[in-house]
Amino acid sequence: MNALAKPRPAAFPTNWTSRIAWAGLALYTLYATSILNLTWARFVAGIDNGGKFLSRMFPPNFEPDKIDLITTGMVESIQIAVLATFFGVLLSLPLGLAAARNLAPSWLSWSARALIAIFRSFHPVIVSILFVKAVGFGALAGVLALIVSTLGFVSKLFAEVVEEMNPKQVEAVRATGASFSNVLIFAVMPQVMARFVGLAVYQLDSNLRNSTMVGIVGGGGIGAPLFTAYQRFDYDVVLTILLCIIAIIMLAEMVSGRIRRIFQ
Amino acid sequence: MSAPSSPALRVWQRFSPGERIARSMLYIVTVIAVVWSIKSIEIIPEFLYDAPEQTADLFRRMWPFDWGFYPKAIHHALIETFHIATLGTILAIVLALPLSFLAARNFTANPILNFVAQFIFVSSRSVNSLIWALLFVAIFGPGALSGVLSIAFRSIGFVGKLFGEALEEAQRGPIEALTAAGAPRSMLLVKGYWPQVEPAFWSVALLRWDINIRESAVLGLVGAGGIGVALDAALNNLYWDQVGLILAVIFAVVIVTEIVTSTIRKRII
Repeated sequence: MNALAKPRPAAFPTNWTSRIAWAGLALYTLYATSILNLTWARFVAGIDNGGKFLSRMFPPNFEPDKIDLITTGMVESIQIAVLATFFGVLLSLPLGLAAARNLAPSWLSWSARALIAIFRSFHPVIVSILFVKAVGFGALAGVLALIVSTLGFVSKLFAEVVEEMNPKQVEAVRATGASFSNVLIFAVMPQVMARFVGLAVYQLDSNLRNSTMVGIVGGGGIGAPLFTAYQRFDYDVVLTILLCIIAIIMLAEMVSGRIRRIFQ
Repeated sequence: MSAPSSPALRVWQRFSPGERIARSMLYIVTVIAVVWSIKSIEIIPEFLYDAPEQTADLFRRMWPFDWGFYPKAIHHALIETFHIATLGTILAIVLALPLSFLAARNFTANPILNFVAQFIFVSSRSVNSLIWALLFVAIFGPGALSGVLSIAFRSIGFVGKLFGEALEEAQRGPIEALTAAGAPRSMLLVKGYWPQVEPAFWSVALLRWDINIRESAVLGLVGAGGIGVALDAALNNLYWDQVGLILAVIFAVVIVTEIVTSTIRKRII
């Protein structure tokens, strides 16, 4: 009888920690909105502006001289992306192996990790500002900047892939008396190559997106014509360029999906 | 009698002929693309001769940092960058959650709605956050509002796609049990789907927040508020000692963010 009188615990008890966390998040949102002075009036005024902006964008500008300009810029962007991906991926192979804690001695893996952290922490556009100063305006600055960001991304994830691999095959090859390079070629690479190609293809996509941006700070590619058109209020040209960028990126996503399937 | 049927003579190959052709084609295409790019990309060799000098000059001008600049302009801009990234992430999540329920084929059994949601995600992801910032600066004028919106619009696709995929992987069992108990559709969502996808939700949100902190640092280059505005001003004035300080501050913030997110991830996921 006594046992029955005891109230049953609720099927879904209230989780006070999560409620407090959600309330805190809501409070923060209100606080930050007021700090940044984001008011509804500004938003409404902007919507009004946005109508004018859109009406100046349409129809997109397809005049032959603009098309020439855009084609040159787009081709340069693609070249930047291809070269940055190729050299970046090539360089991140040794860097990723050096950063893997199960292969490299600790002093090497720590210094490689520190280098990767530095490469990763800056946005490609900031890196390309520095390279524009170092090697001058043009595509080379963009290529070098994107190589840096490729190194940061691919070698970090590649090091993680190498750390997760199966150690048994490495031990087996080592037991035959193989040299370190043979261990790499016959035990490590066959296990991680598919993932590595996947990373490289993903990075090609990402470099293509960013190669359209480095031009804003002088790193070559479609970004320069885009920014010029924007500053001249030629919004119809801006729209044409944006449509081209979106088309190319969607195409690249489809192609990279195919490539990944080949290498699975 | 024929040779291939004898097991001793069979030649084992890792890939089928089709796979091998596809792979070799891909290698050839890669080589062609790289060679074409190297040959036709425009590089001005005159600029390259003095690159080492220019680089040395860059670092000489950066050091020592102009520490006095930090309290004057950077601190405020840094706080603004932080708020832009965080608010942008929150707004993106608010906008992306309903869309990701529309995109998940097991929750919404309507191909047209699925497609609409997927299309919104793809268009959001195809446009770089700097380009979103250009558009929003043209509409709302320079300032933090444009920054928050561009971060949010760029993140919708990312958050929505990953969260939608997590929803599609949710197990049928608990949901069928709730349906059998007569739970309304809203409770299916709160007690059936949410507990299953909550870890994925937090990991996606944290990952995007981490990325957004990095991205919000450059939005100011096109006028969308934050530390990028200070960076742009310092660059235009060629105050490299201020540029150096700003870069060091960004580096420190990014490292701290990464430590914070990995700590939270370990604790709640």
